Amino acid sequence: MTRFLFLIALLFSAPVIAQNALPASPYAHQQLDDPVQEEKARSLMEELRCLKCQSQSIADSDAPMAGDMRSQVRERIAAGATPEEVRSWLIERYGDWVTYNPPVNAITWPLWIAPGVLLILAIWLARGLFRRRKTDQKDAS
Amino acid sequence: MNRWLLWIPLVLFSLFFAIVAGGLMRPKDNIIESKMIGKPIPEFALPAAIEQRPALTTTDLATGKPQLLNIFASWCVPCIAEAPQLLALEQAGVSINGIASRDTPEDIANFLNRWGNPYVRIGTDVRSAVQLELGSSGVPETFVIDGNGVIVHQHIGDIRKEDVPELLEILEKAG
Repeated sequence: MTRFLFLIALLFSAPVIAQNALPASPYAHQQLDDPVQEEKARSLMEELRCLKCQSQSIADSDAPMAGDMRSQVRERIAAGATPEEVRSWLIERYGDWVTYNPPVNAITWPLWIAPGVLLILAIWLARGLFRRRKTDQKDAS
Repeated sequence: MNRWLLWIPLVLFSLFFAIVAGGLMRPKDNIIESKMIGKPIPEFALPAAIEQRPALTTTDLATGKPQLLNIFASWCVPCIAEAPQLLALEQAGVSINGIASRDTPEDIANFLNRWGNPYVRIGTDVRSAVQLELGSSGVPETFVIDGNGVIVHQHIGDIRKEDVPELLEILEKAG
């Protein structure tokens, strides 16, 4: 049984190795020379979602495709594109899904206003609670 | 008035519970559709992947006749599974253009020798650049392109036997 499982595992291991037979894209693992541009690219990469490993950003992921995306981001920023231009280039192709910083639109607005609404609600509830406690104390004395 | 307020936490909790339970019960769906459907194929020019087939550029995909654009790789197991279906589509007279993703010429040649070569042209995309331009997130993926070079359909994952008639129908409609 174990041997059988091992053979099955082997079946899948070969393609994984082969996927890395090619050298990575030029800027997949190499920073840009200009630290200002690198910083811009870096913070954008942390907000872009990896297409292969969907719970990671492309900055965190080791997937070859994430490497290709990092290289694209760095090259575009080195060529003078702003981070927002690069982000919208990807959104145009993959949808809002690809960014961890979703734009405000008809579907996402509850997400954006929820913290404010909850905070106001909490303050209002707390105020009521404190006021009641004060009157309780007055009654007791 | 205050008595009604007491219910707010319970209502909020029920809402939260309903959302979480709904999310847990929905089957996991991590397919990301391309937003390029309905748009023209982006500009690109890929060099030939193997000697026996010509290179692939955007203009090859707007010939007045609907075509398939298939993204594959020699390291991709589902690509082997869809090979017979691609050959069947080729037999049916469909012109299939290939993009080899992150692959070496030798590996591509071996793969095609072993599993068949249904492609009229094969471009090699060593840096996933065209894949990113197309909004494709993996291999295999197949795009149906109409005669004007506009993407009309995206098939994500391997083409199964039961998908072939559907693809033929979409190709016919695109014509």
